[in-house]
Formats: sequence, C-alpha cells, structure tokens
Amino acid sequence: MRRVKHTSINRAARVGIPVFPGAFAIGISFGVLARTEHFSSVAALVMSATTFAGSSQIAAVTLLGGGGGGTVAAAIVAALLLNSRYAPIGISVARAFQGRLPKRFVEAQLVVDESWALGNGDRSLILGIGAILWVLWVGGTAIGLALGSVIGDPSRYGIDGAFAALFVALLATQVGTRTRRKVAFLGAAIAAVLTPFTPAGVPIVVATAAVLVGWRRP
Amino acid sequence: MSDAWVVVLVVGVGTMLLKAVGPVGLAHRELPPRAERLLDLVAPAILAALVVTETFATGRSLVIDARLAGAGAAVLLVLARAPYWLIVICGALATAGVRALH
Repeated sequence: MRRVKHTSINRAARVGIPVFPGAFAIGISFGVLARTEHFSSVAALVMSATTFAGSSQIAAVTLLGGGGGGTVAAAIVAALLLNSRYAPIGISVARAFQGRLPKRFVEAQLVVDESWALGNGDRSLILGIGAILWVLWVGGTAIGLALGSVIGDPSRYGIDGAFAALFVALLATQVGTRTRRKVAFLGAAIAAVLTPFTPAGVPIVVATAAVLVGWRRP
Repeated sequence: MSDAWVVVLVVGVGTMLLKAVGPVGLAHRELPPRAERLLDLVAPAILAALVVTETFATGRSLVIDARLAGAGAAVLLVLARAPYWLIVICGALATAGVRALH
C-alpha cells in the first residue's frame, strides 16, 4: 500500500513539474500582497490552506484593501464568482471519485485548474498533483509573508504571462478532434464577448455552455 | 471579527463547497451517455476560456499587453512540440522581456 502511494506521488511529481514553479511563485506573490494589504499572516495562511485558488484570493485581498464600506461583500462575491468554475470542473471528474462522503469532500479540495487539466480524469494523478500544489501554495504564501518587500512586484518576472502560456499548453492537449476544437473556439469566444459586461469569473462559467456543441455527435 | 477574517471564512467555506459539488454530489451516479459525452468536453471549453481571460482580461477590459507575448510564445512552442516546462518558462521570459522593453 505504502509503495503504491509512493509511486503515485512520484508520477504526480513528474507530470506536474511544469506547473509547480508557477504555483509556488504565485503563492509567494499572494503572501507579499496580503502583507501590503494589511492582512494578518494567520488570515492569509488560512485563506491559502482553505480557498486554495490563486486568482480569487488575489482578487479578494485587493478588493478588501481598497478600503471603505461595502468592500467586504464585493471581495466575497468576486472571489466566489471566480471560483464558480469549480462546480463544472468538479462535475466533469466526479466519476473518478469513490468512497465515503468525508473522503470525497477532502479529495475534492485538491481538484484545482492545474491538477484537473494535467490529471485528465486519473484520480490518483489529480490528487497527487493537487497535494503537491497545496504544499507549494501554502509554503509560498508563508515565504511571501516573511520576505514581503524584499521581493517586490511579482509581475516584473512575467508570472502572469507564464500562466497564459500554461493554459495554452494545457488546452493544446485537449483539442484532438474536430468537435473538441469547435468547443474550444466557442468557449474562447463566449469568454471574450462576456468579459467587458460581467464580473470576472462569470465568462469562464458561461463558456462551459460550449459543450453543447457535442449534443448530437459522439 | 475583522473584515479580513469574514472574507477568509466565507470565501474559504464557499470555495470548498463549490469544489465539492461534483465529487460529493455525483460520485456514485451512473450518468446517461450524452451527459458523459458533454462532461468530457468541459476541459476544452474552460481551458480555452482561461486562455482568453489570462491573456487579455484586466478587470472588465480586454487589453493587449506583455502577456500576449507569453501566450504567443506558447503557441509557437506547442506547434514545435516543446515540453510543458519549457513552454511555461518561455511564457514568463517573453512576458518579462516585453515588459522590460517598455
């Protein structure tokens, strides 16, 4: 049993290599940001450990840091909208999850963008990559909180561009057939059209409607 | 409780529930073939949407900035069948490079 677990973590470490440095770096930048926005270190660490979703955490902390009344609601709504894609993402891999409810609830927390996309429906791979990402994410947050101003603005290092590149690379693995390419085009178009008119996060969830392209054909 | 803690707790619990919807709610269900087929298409739909938002979105605006260099480099490297890690590193370098030139 122990050996099986060991091999699956090794496999996850190998498959996940391209996404680990980025998650670690974004974790650090979240820590730096939380400090400059006067979040307590404990609150920032608890957020990384529970929310475990980069863009939503950064949005929440930034909006709250803006000051003034009503920003608590704005921060909460923005963060939850950004994370609403996890409903369709979780549903798409639900078949792979077995066992009792508490176990499935905990395992579901490890299904994040990168583990989901690289794991491709393979439960042990998704969980292995997700677990490593979680450690790097929380660890990165701690380092960012500790080092703070020494690091400076993370966008200087092109980390946002690395994420754009990562999603291009992940998408490339998913467009093997004509139907899947059509779905991708439609999903991209929906996201582009909606971005100016809806809060961030909504375009991504609505883009899920592009799967209806597959209604008729296998 | 401070504002920060309210946000941390509500967003944390809300996100955990969103992530749990599929694996907790649907794990043991046998789905009809059409539903399985549509769920199989969720990945290209969401990843394509994320490419658009990660490359062009800043708040509610679509802008062309240094990130496009990262995404463009990634497209070329995908066509050249480069490994993931190289694509990600080049995406960061291209973006940082264009930003430094400005």
